[in-house]
Amino acid sequence: MKNAIDRLAARAATEGLLDVAYTSADSPFGPLLLATTPRGLVRVGLPNQDAEELLDELAARVSPRVLEAAAPLDEARRELDLYFEGKLTEFELPLDWQLSRDFRRRALRAIARIPYGQTRTYTEIATSAGNERAVRAAGTACGTNPIPVVVPCHRVLRSSGGLGGYGGGLPMKEALLQLEGAAG
Amino acid sequence: MPPFQTLIDQHAAEVMAVLRGAVGRSDADDCFQETFIAALRAYPKLHDDGNLRGWLLTIAHRKAIDHHRARGRRPLPVERVPETPVSDPEPLDGIWELVGALPPKQRAAVTLRYASDLPHAEIAAALGCSPEAARRSLHEGIKRLREELA
Repeated sequence: MKNAIDRLAARAATEGLLDVAYTSADSPFGPLLLATTPRGLVRVGLPNQDAEELLDELAARVSPRVLEAAAPLDEARRELDLYFEGKLTEFELPLDWQLSRDFRRRALRAIARIPYGQTRTYTEIATSAGNERAVRAAGTACGTNPIPVVVPCHRVLRSSGGLGGYGGGLPMKEALLQLEGAAG
Repeated sequence: MPPFQTLIDQHAAEVMAVLRGAVGRSDADDCFQETFIAALRAYPKLHDDGNLRGWLLTIAHRKAIDHHRARGRRPLPVERVPETPVSDPEPLDGIWELVGALPPKQRAAVTLRYASDLPHAEIAAALGCSPEAARRSLHEGIKRLREELA
């Protein structure tokens, strides 16, 4: 049965019918849910996020052709493993930005450019995204980041130096900053 | 529409069991692939997700019929081959296990009648035989199942 289902996913991919492939990947914080479209990594679910809800959201917003398939996510898993071991400082995966739009997408693209081990403030991100006064919106962009860890919203802090928020919980944000040697 | 994987998680085992009944164990896997690929192709355009199980089983039955039709067009090597029951190392739940052990014609007739709800004439068309022969296969299959269950 398992073989038949694996073959199905492989065939769906070759026939262009695998719009969203997902798998789960281990991390030091618990299992991550990784989802990719043919264009690139579209969603990373953090350990404290409900996987079922997340898949429903992908079905509604990207395509209902959502299948569990590990192979399309091999590269994402490999890079994430290296990152968590402290051996990778820049992700080279193709990303699919379709789950964010307009200001939020610009903010997330600015976040993606923050170098490993460095931090920025919400104000700096708002400015990079084209509206220095949209600090709260920059916070929302971080909070709704569909591709956390790979798009490193954990590198964005308050101007006061406070941690701000994190979808995966503040301990995870702190641990990621520590891993990168960026914790103050 | 729920993620397609949900349909696989919930219904793949049943679809496979029905197909093993309809076409036999060795061809069920191909029909299974055809069924789910067809379903996946049509899925985003599906308007009503009220009975996804019924929808999948209908596709499976059509694929089983296609399979029998394609087979019917091939020349038969001998008129009557010894019909060895299919032995199934993974026991299936309940009745499908018994159906799976019937000789191929009876197995197909029983599945097409009771799982697909096809009338005798269509079973005959699917099996490439006369309606009387289809009726006879069905009758013999049912009789055998009764004996097994008794």
